[in-house]
Amino acid sequence: MSARDDHGYGAPRGLWRELDRHPPPGADAVRRGWRSPLRGPWLTSVLGLVLLVTLPLVIITGLLDYAAYGPQFGQAFPTHVSWLRLPTFDWPTRPSWLFRLTQGLHVGLGIVLIPVVLAKLWSVIPKLFEWPPARSVAQVLERISLLLLVGGILFETATGVLNIQYAYLFGFDFYTAHYFGAWVFIGAFVAHVALKLPRLVTTLRKRRPAVPEQPDPDRLVAERPGPPTLSRRGLLAVVGGGSLLLALLTIGQSLDGPLRRTALLLPRGRNPGSGPNGFQVNRSATAAGIQPAETGQAWRLTLTGGGRTVQLDRATLLAMTQHTARLPIACVEGWSTMQTWTGVRLADLAVLAGVPDPASAHVRSLEQGGLFRQATLQSNQVTDRDALLALRVNGVDLSADHGFPARIIVPALPGVHCTKWVADIEFHDA
Amino acid sequence: MRERLRADYGAGLPHALLLLACFTIAGWVVFLVSGEATLWRMLLWFVGAAVAHDLVLFPTYAALDRLLRRTTGTDSAARRALLNHIRFPALAAGLLFLVFLPGILDLGKDTYQAATGQPRVSYFIRWLAVSGALFTLSGAVLAIRWALGRSPRHGAPPTTATPPR
Repeated sequence: MSARDDHGYGAPRGLWRELDRHPPPGADAVRRGWRSPLRGPWLTSVLGLVLLVTLPLVIITGLLDYAAYGPQFGQAFPTHVSWLRLPTFDWPTRPSWLFRLTQGLHVGLGIVLIPVVLAKLWSVIPKLFEWPPARSVAQVLERISLLLLVGGILFETATGVLNIQYAYLFGFDFYTAHYFGAWVFIGAFVAHVALKLPRLVTTLRKRRPAVPEQPDPDRLVAERPGPPTLSRRGLLAVVGGGSLLLALLTIGQSLDGPLRRTALLLPRGRNPGSGPNGFQVNRSATAAGIQPAETGQAWRLTLTGGGRTVQLDRATLLAMTQHTARLPIACVEGWSTMQTWTGVRLADLAVLAGVPDPASAHVRSLEQGGLFRQATLQSNQVTDRDALLALRVNGVDLSADHGFPARIIVPALPGVHCTKWVADIEFHDA
Repeated sequence: MRERLRADYGAGLPHALLLLACFTIAGWVVFLVSGEATLWRMLLWFVGAAVAHDLVLFPTYAALDRLLRRTTGTDSAARRALLNHIRFPALAAGLLFLVFLPGILDLGKDTYQAATGQPRVSYFIRWLAVSGALFTLSGAVLAIRWALGRSPRHGAPPTTATPPR
């Protein structure tokens, strides 16, 4: 410590000393204006620990969702991410609720943690207005990394929350911004954890301190704490209560039946209709520009691969061996629903096309525009026993909005890749 | 050498390496999105999110809380209980407003309708109803606590919301 005895100034010492000696008007009043007796290392550490355990779950489920879109086929957005991604692997089809879980967790937990993030920021906000803002180059750099950390979590939360509510106020591509913003946050988060974990551990290992806490080296504790109006436990209960409230108003997005309506304030908190086809629609036939003439008697499914082309009408498909599977359909926006689908196994269609052991299959929709008018399926997604070209749902024909005359449904496949209004499937040999 | 770094830089080598890694990733991200026409918009939203929280949201809720504290007073357990029983539902209503703002203010309605073919109603009334229910619940709990506190068997006013001194 002998090298730092000059108030801990780094080089150039003269600069930092001058900065310290010339606070802007009001800096003193601001410093003494922090009155809450609850702020202190213990409170910050507890909130930090909660985020340390939970945020990695949000990060990992987010990156897994990217992997679920099949980046190896160039169909995960953004497409060009260099090495900023998980290693490529084949997204599994089992358990069938895998994507429902990862996406539900990503969105749900992301929302539930908002009060914890806000409380954590509240607990450290005096540091933002501290004078001098830095005493060394190290502190300047750390402050910049904190802008990446705080900007990162707020940017990710804001874009995510707006996206699931269809409010694209930001005017840039959601996928690009949310994905790359996440990486900026991940870098800052890892650095912050590595730098602060030792302090968190020493703080929480000690006996829980009284309110207000003893003055600390980070100066989180108020210089002139006022009388408490709420206990520290009370504050934590308020934060937890906020999270619980958000959880109760979000979980409905992933539930079927009357409980869905508990997501009172979210667009997916209700069923769009009644009857067998009365479940969530991501994109309607009208929005996709599907003409009734295209899906009527004239519709044919074209299968290609192995040098041959097969055309099937709907009656022929219905005459083939039908398979029924109860599978969830889950959207990247965090909602999901479980339905009973009936149709022809994709594996049977692959055999018909002369590719009994396909390495992949490319599915195209009748839809002309739209980001998700086609999708490539991996080998395991074609050959899974429950991977279907569905013709019926819950015992009746698919409705136009659910993809009549035929749609793809594959276990654990992201909803947008369960192509609707299928026109042709191209099977590729191993 | 190490001593020197610590004295001049202000922290140890691991500190410098960690931040270097952090800035490398951020720089790499900026490089990857540099071709996007909306790059500046993204940067604006990124920095704007931090600024909006630190210089708008925080000062606003802190000022509102100060105003509330002045109105109710904090010098007795009963006043603090009143304060907190207004504070909690107000915080909850504010939180819901913030998170579900698009539905409450009817933003993104057309996008939703165009994509799904489903009409969407404004959630403003629902938000008011949920908030009203929270205030009512909080008020009812406070009334019960006062009633119990005033009964002779329970003696002093309720103190559960007051901190250990």
